[in-house]
Parts: sequence; structure tokens; C-alpha cells
Amino acid sequence: MKARVTVMLRDGVLDPQGEAVRHALGALGFSGVAGVRQGKVIELDLAEGTTRDEVARMCEALLANTVIERYEIEMA
Amino acid sequence: MRAAVLVFPGSNCDRDVAVALRAAGAQVEMVWHKETELPGGTDLVALPGGFSYGDYLRCGAIAAQSPICGAVARHAERGGYALGICNGFQVLTEMRLLPGALMRNAGITFLCRTEVLIVGTAESDFTSGYSAGQEIALPVAHHDGNYAASEAELDRLEGEGRVAFTYAENPNGSARDIAGVLSENRRVLGLMPHPERAVDTAHGGTDGQAVFRSLVGALADA
Repeated sequence: MKARVTVMLRDGVLDPQGEAVRHALGALGFSGVAGVRQGKVIELDLAEGTTRDEVARMCEALLANTVIERYEIEMA
Repeated sequence: MRAAVLVFPGSNCDRDVAVALRAAGAQVEMVWHKETELPGGTDLVALPGGFSYGDYLRCGAIAAQSPICGAVARHAERGGYALGICNGFQVLTEMRLLPGALMRNAGITFLCRTEVLIVGTAESDFTSGYSAGQEIALPVAHHDGNYAASEAELDRLEGEGRVAFTYAENPNGSARDIAGVLSENRRVLGLMPHPERAVDTAHGGTDGQAVFRSLVGALADA
């Protein structure tokens, strides 16, 4: 089984990389991009029966730094 | 004073810190990240700058889970001293030995230059060689030095006099201009600037010497 974890900076935390991407899109002529937030996706290949709770513990312990980041878990 | 300088794959200021500590009179041992214990009698652990584990996942995140950091956590729990410089500061926040986190610089670019800092407190064994409010110049060299913490945490740090250094002119977007913070017991210091790169006139400045000298002075008889 697999899990997909999306880690994003918390809302309200300035994302300088997202801002740089937004500027670059504007420079390429794509108008109307009001905001860009950049995060990361982590795909986990897991033993059958791994629970969402266990993945959440992985997020809290290592995958995300909850001081500045939030995470979402998709189990598949 | 016995100091242990940690070495991670990707550390690149480990030898500089060792030289600075020895010049101040410390006995220094280098300790590889796979060790599970610190050398007996270690008074101070120094976590050096660099790019531990290639900055994978987040700066300092993998190092914080390394075998030696388990020993560092126990050392800090016992009231032992720890000094984290640059990547070492990032490791200490990832270990939650210090509050907050270091984010990508607000201006995105890697910063490598000398910054003027203001000493926030002389009330610690790291900063007793300075006076509060004193201006010093130290090199910075980082991509992720933008200090972030909750407003409540920032208020607490300021209220408890735990902001060790601030930038005179904020180069990286750090909350409240913070360049370095102390733990609650004032025995763990993390800072982004590099005091070990300012301990010899050949470095272009010696404003970092006081950190190492005051530590050695305080811990000489420990």
C-alpha cells in the first residue's frame, strides 16, 4: 500500500520560493497568477495494514516541521 | 573544559570550531555522527555549520535523528552545554532543544558576508564576554537563516532575555531580527552567524573569540 504526504508551509508563513516562482511566471507573460505556494510531496511505500495514525506519527516525528509546516495524508 | 565537536556527512565548519575552541583553551574531540555516546566528561557539544546530509528533507532534519543526537539530547537533559552554529542551530531547532525554525531567507539568495550583530544579553556562559547592546561583526553564510516562531514564543524569548543576538540590519527576514537564541536554562545556544570564523586577525576580525573564551572560562572548573 502507499501513502502520499503533502507538506506545505503554514498559511500566513511567507514562502519566498513560491514568490520567486510567481514572479517568474509573470515574467514569462502568464498574467493573473495571484499567488504561488510551493511545498513537497512524499510518497511512502508501506507494509499492508499501516494505519493513517502511523503515517501521522511519521509526519510529526520527521516528515514535517509543524512549527512552520502543515501536512496532509492520502492513503491509497 | 572538554568539548565534543560533532561531525556529520556534509559538515564543513567542524574543524574551524575545533580550532577556535582549542585556541580558547578547550580540549577538543571530534565525534562522528554514528557514535551513540559522547566522550566521557564532555562539558560542551558543538554542532558545526555545513550541510549535514545534504540538507535533505529540511536543513538539520536528518542530523537531528542521527545516533549521536540521541546522546546530545541526554546531555542537554542533564544540563550539559551545547552550541549550534548555522547548520548546528538548524539541528538544535529540529531536535526541539531550541524553539522555532529556520526558513529559507526572505530574499531567497544565499547570504555570505559580514553582518553587524547586537548582543541581546550578556547573561549566559556563551555571551558573558560581551556586554548587552554591544555591536559586533561576524560572518554569516546561509540560505536558510530566516528565524520563525509563533508570536507567543517570540514574546517569551524576548521577555526571558533569551535572544542572544539580533541583526543590526535584518538580512534574511528573521522574526524580530533574531540571529541567535538561548534555551530556557541558558546552556544551549543556537546562532546563524559564525563566531568561529572571527577568532584570528587573519580572519579579518576577532569578535567571535569571546564566545569560546567565556565558555572555557565558565567551564574550566566544571
